[in-house]
Amino acid sequence: MVREATGAAPDIPPAGAAAWLKARLFSSPANILLTVLAAWLLLMLLPAAVEWLFVLPDFHASTPQQCQAAGGACWAFIAAKHRLILFGLYPYDEQWRPLLVTAMLVGIIVCSGVRRFWRPWLLGAWCVVLVCSAVLMWGGVFGLSHVEDSLWGGLPLTLILSVFGIAFAFPLGILLALGRRSEMPVIKALSVIYIELIRGVPLISLLFMSSVMLPLFLPEGFSIDKLLRAQIAIIMFAAAYIAETVRGGLQAIPKGQYEAAAALGLTYWQQVRKIVLPQALRVVMAPLASIFISLFKDTSLVVVIGIFDLTQAAKAAIADAQWHGFSIEAYLFIACIYFVFCYAISRYSQGLEKRLKYESA
Amino acid sequence: MAQAMIQMEGVSKWFGSFQVLRDIDLEVARGERIVICGPSGSGKSTLIRCINRLEEHQQGRIVVGGVELTGNLKRIEAVRRDVGMVFQHFNLFPHLTVLENLVLGPVWVLGLPRRAAEEKAMHYLERVHIADQADKHPGQLSGGQQQRVAIARSLCMEPKVMLFDEPTSALDPEMVTEVLDVMVGLAEDAGMTMLCVTHEMGFARQVADRVIFMDQGRIVEQNTPEAFFDAPANERTRLFLSRILH
Repeated sequence: MVREATGAAPDIPPAGAAAWLKARLFSSPANILLTVLAAWLLLMLLPAAVEWLFVLPDFHASTPQQCQAAGGACWAFIAAKHRLILFGLYPYDEQWRPLLVTAMLVGIIVCSGVRRFWRPWLLGAWCVVLVCSAVLMWGGVFGLSHVEDSLWGGLPLTLILSVFGIAFAFPLGILLALGRRSEMPVIKALSVIYIELIRGVPLISLLFMSSVMLPLFLPEGFSIDKLLRAQIAIIMFAAAYIAETVRGGLQAIPKGQYEAAAALGLTYWQQVRKIVLPQALRVVMAPLASIFISLFKDTSLVVVIGIFDLTQAAKAAIADAQWHGFSIEAYLFIACIYFVFCYAISRYSQGLEKRLKYESA
Repeated sequence: MAQAMIQMEGVSKWFGSFQVLRDIDLEVARGERIVICGPSGSGKSTLIRCINRLEEHQQGRIVVGGVELTGNLKRIEAVRRDVGMVFQHFNLFPHLTVLENLVLGPVWVLGLPRRAAEEKAMHYLERVHIADQADKHPGQLSGGQQQRVAIARSLCMEPKVMLFDEPTSALDPEMVTEVLDVMVGLAEDAGMTMLCVTHEMGFARQVADRVIFMDQGRIVEQNTPEAFFDAPANERTRLFLSRILH
């Protein structure tokens, strides 16, 4: 009706499935070629994948022999090995403890994502969860048997490394970013040196250094736990990247904001907390989420110093001679776990970005 | 004679090798209303920005309300508590609502309870005729409205001195009046010391006790508005006035 009233219709694409297809998929020769290529690839891959994953496998199989007879993916392997992959070498009968820790950590992370819960008690809840996690994992009190942290492994370990990694690297990174922009020459120089040194070194070499070289420098009889050393290496590494990202956000804030905050009489730290960071972090939400995602996945590098994280646990499961040749299933399984966590971070940050943008529009 | 609110003695400042302020002597009495004008680059903005130390002077003395401005952070913060500033580009905090913009200073700098700060904020929002926008974000307001919010934000700190740095020059012409009206209302309240960098000569005539003309970092001429506009003594002042009044 409106269209009639205004006379000739503008270039609004006509409705209908055929028109949509023509506009989106077959609009030009190059587009047609790409569409055909994509369709061909899908045709090659999809049926084969579905067949391997769901059609061929014998879902009632319970031994490797049955699996091999049926062909396709061997889900019995996952059924038999999922506890080794998820919890590593943690004593079998005590594995409810890491399971509970995993549930608690995931729970508190999800709670932290809900803005309604951003109250002082959330910090208390974090402390409770961390203390409970430590008690549950180590044991030795309340009738729980003691478990060495060299036996920890799998998903809880990956979660612990990345949660603590983010929790400590994030504030450290912010301080470094502020330090790099500081007018005090010593603080600025230290921040720059730290950031550039750490960014110039691969995480793997940091991990090696922390596990092999650091003990050489420590006095006789004095040792820091291997897990803790790896954790510190991860924190130090992530902090340098977070610092550079946050610095980008700080630079995006107009000078007038600092001036207005200063003119009100706010102290430096009040300016940072109330005016600068809330705006700077909003700007760098997406790259920060990327850093968190890669930190989560980079924890798998601790395999090089023999810590039993999710990836190492999967390798251990494959190494079982009885279940030979099911590595694809194991890697697929842990890939799914990694994906669920990373995708959740990604979606959450996108949602948060959208909400904050709307609020300050 | 009562102690002056602001004393500047031999103040000089350089940006690199360029001297923006040359040996400025200025005394501002309590409650005095001053309009500063001059061609762009004459140092007028820099002059008032030195008063709350957004710019650092390199020579001379600046004393505000009995506190001399030095590198001492405590002194700078004390001066800034007493000196409000309104900027050309408003500089409202875009991530906070209008009300939160106003409450921030009283709560964090003056230590007021939130309730009291909000009441005070609403009082000043009413005074600048914009109380109905308290829950919006600055980005949703027009330029004139934003500048009025910025004035209210400064007033919430109940400053002894208000500095205006070209408060109307970033505004669309039809919004200039609403901001000037608020400023005139403010000037008519006794007690507030005002320094205003502006080219709104009507405003200067209406409210100023003294008009200062600056050129090339110097105070070239200062006088009452009547004398300043009707019988400018200096050649450069005459030239400037003839340019902006026609």
